[in-house]
Amino acid sequence: MAAIMIELEVNGRICAIDADPDTPLLYVLREDLQLNAAKFGCGLGQCGSCTVLVNGAATLSCVTPIRLLEGRRITTLEGLGTADRPGPLQRAFIEEQAAQCGYCIAGMMMRAQALLLRNSHPSEAQIRAQLEPNLCRCGTHMRILRAVRRAASLIQADDAAHTIPTQSSDPPASQQTTADVPGPPAEEELLRQPVHPEHRKRPDR
Amino acid sequence: MQSSKKTSAAGRLVYGVIGIPALAVGGYLIFAWRDAIAPIEPPTSAGFDVRAVQRGAQLAALGACATCHTAPGGPTLAGGRAVITPFGVIYSTNISPDPDTGIGRWSQAAFVRAMREGVDREGQHLYPAFPYDHFTLVSDADDAALYAFLMTRQPISSAPPPNRLPFPLNQRLVLAAWKLLFFRKGPYATDPAHDAQWNRGAYLANGLGHCGACHTPRNQFGAERTAEHFNGADAEGWHAYAINSRSEARVPWDKDALHAYLRDGWHTLHGDAHGPMAPVARNLASLADSDLRAISTYVAWVMGNPVSVHANGSVHRTASADASAHREAAVPAASTAHDSDGAAIYESTCASCHDGARALPFGGIRLSLSTAVTGESPTNLINVVLEGIDPPEGAAGAIMPGFAGALSDSQMASLMAYVRASFAAGPPWLNVPARVREARGRDHD
Repeated sequence: MAAIMIELEVNGRICAIDADPDTPLLYVLREDLQLNAAKFGCGLGQCGSCTVLVNGAATLSCVTPIRLLEGRRITTLEGLGTADRPGPLQRAFIEEQAAQCGYCIAGMMMRAQALLLRNSHPSEAQIRAQLEPNLCRCGTHMRILRAVRRAASLIQADDAAHTIPTQSSDPPASQQTTADVPGPPAEEELLRQPVHPEHRKRPDR
Repeated sequence: MQSSKKTSAAGRLVYGVIGIPALAVGGYLIFAWRDAIAPIEPPTSAGFDVRAVQRGAQLAALGACATCHTAPGGPTLAGGRAVITPFGVIYSTNISPDPDTGIGRWSQAAFVRAMREGVDREGQHLYPAFPYDHFTLVSDADDAALYAFLMTRQPISSAPPPNRLPFPLNQRLVLAAWKLLFFRKGPYATDPAHDAQWNRGAYLANGLGHCGACHTPRNQFGAERTAEHFNGADAEGWHAYAINSRSEARVPWDKDALHAYLRDGWHTLHGDAHGPMAPVARNLASLADSDLRAISTYVAWVMGNPVSVHANGSVHRTASADASAHREAAVPAASTAHDSDGAAIYESTCASCHDGARALPFGGIRLSLSTAVTGESPTNLINVVLEGIDPPEGAAGAIMPGFAGALSDSQMASLMAYVRASFAAGPPWLNVPARVREARGRDHD
């Protein structure tokens, strides 16, 4: 099939992609854009290691052709912060050291991010239900769960500090000891604010 | 004179206005009232016959007790799962043998009364979300086995949240009127016109199996329309297919196909059990094979095998179901309205599994065989495309990734239109974008 230029919005940047529209997003991310956080696991949409966000919803990039994605907002793990200025979810995973081999972690984090975007006060059951589709073969599940809980606490603390208007319906954040945590980077706020209204309405699983 | 006449007329009016309703209310209370059955000391596990417990375990699987009486992620049989009805939300009760929050102090007589009449130990009428309109058919012996099974489970202390129902539905005495209108008390009476296997199947399917709870349409009072037995109905955000002569299956079911499907959760010519049917098939896998055969025999009889009348009026006969199905599957029905966007989405997103070489359950079903595609309602196809299919826990089974994040509403609509036109003989589906939005807003877990 002839390659056509497709414009994709990835981590807030518009990227012109010269590829067959049937190409899975994962290949474009890794090979054309050198965004290597999302991993090729099974290639069948069954393990979750390729998970990214599309308009805030967890999406399996290995089975998603780029023809579907024009005009949609794609977020990869690289979009949540940098090594110098990690976002709250990244800080939480670092602080909990929630990786063994690490192959599943980018997917786990993006699926967790999809939950935290629509619900910064998830219950334990909601976190577990959300992460259920993603596989980890090392058995790091308990640390991953701890990291997601910690991320929720960090986000709640940020919410309390910044009082972002779109989050006003959430209950007030509980007291958290975050005095030693550096302030969130500017791009993180940008990422967290534009939650697609359609996505926000979805009830938690 | 005049005034005393007036007084007595007014007096009669007062008697009439107050007295007649008072009598009616009093009469209704007497009619609706059920006495409590005395609580017992929680029995010990040692007091139950092991064989009864084992039989009870199979019966509980058939009745799917744990499916409703377990909250998502919660302890088994401790209740608390929200059952969303058109009338409000009802939370399943704790039926673990906890003495305070469960049924630990229920005698066997109290348990049998709940199953047979829909009344709890304390004499309260139960909501028919607990399908006692089916469970009333269960025999005393099977109720005893179920009781033995439940009373030997782990007691869990857990009280479900209060139901969310408007007045007057939150008054349980109202349910006595519902029962008067719609409830026929069991147990099952053998139909002498049929053999023992058929009767066994009818007893299991219409009793504990409560197939009709989803597969039979309900009236505005939430009661099953008995004249439309197994006609198919919408339930829990899914469409439970017709499983009588109106079955929309492309290849008509027969008892062997039903038996394999109910045991394995999938069948090459029918696809896999998903949505609320997935736990049913998982439960039935543990049933005695003779009982599974009996259910399959009965349901196949209801379906009027081997002739299947489709919604669009066409009739399929099965001479050699497998051979004809493979032939038909290879050649998708001629399409008149190919949606080019839909075609491109299908080719790049769906075809690698659904037109691939892998067989079920690891490959996708040929869509021309899927009732989700060929049937009247797009509900199940929308749900499956958005949410995917979860594999069964600890067993081989179908898996499909969900595309809720990947596909926008308009892409979903294009894909649905293409699939419907290409693989089904029926008319195009209407209001697909609205149905997609509705499905996205629903919780399928």
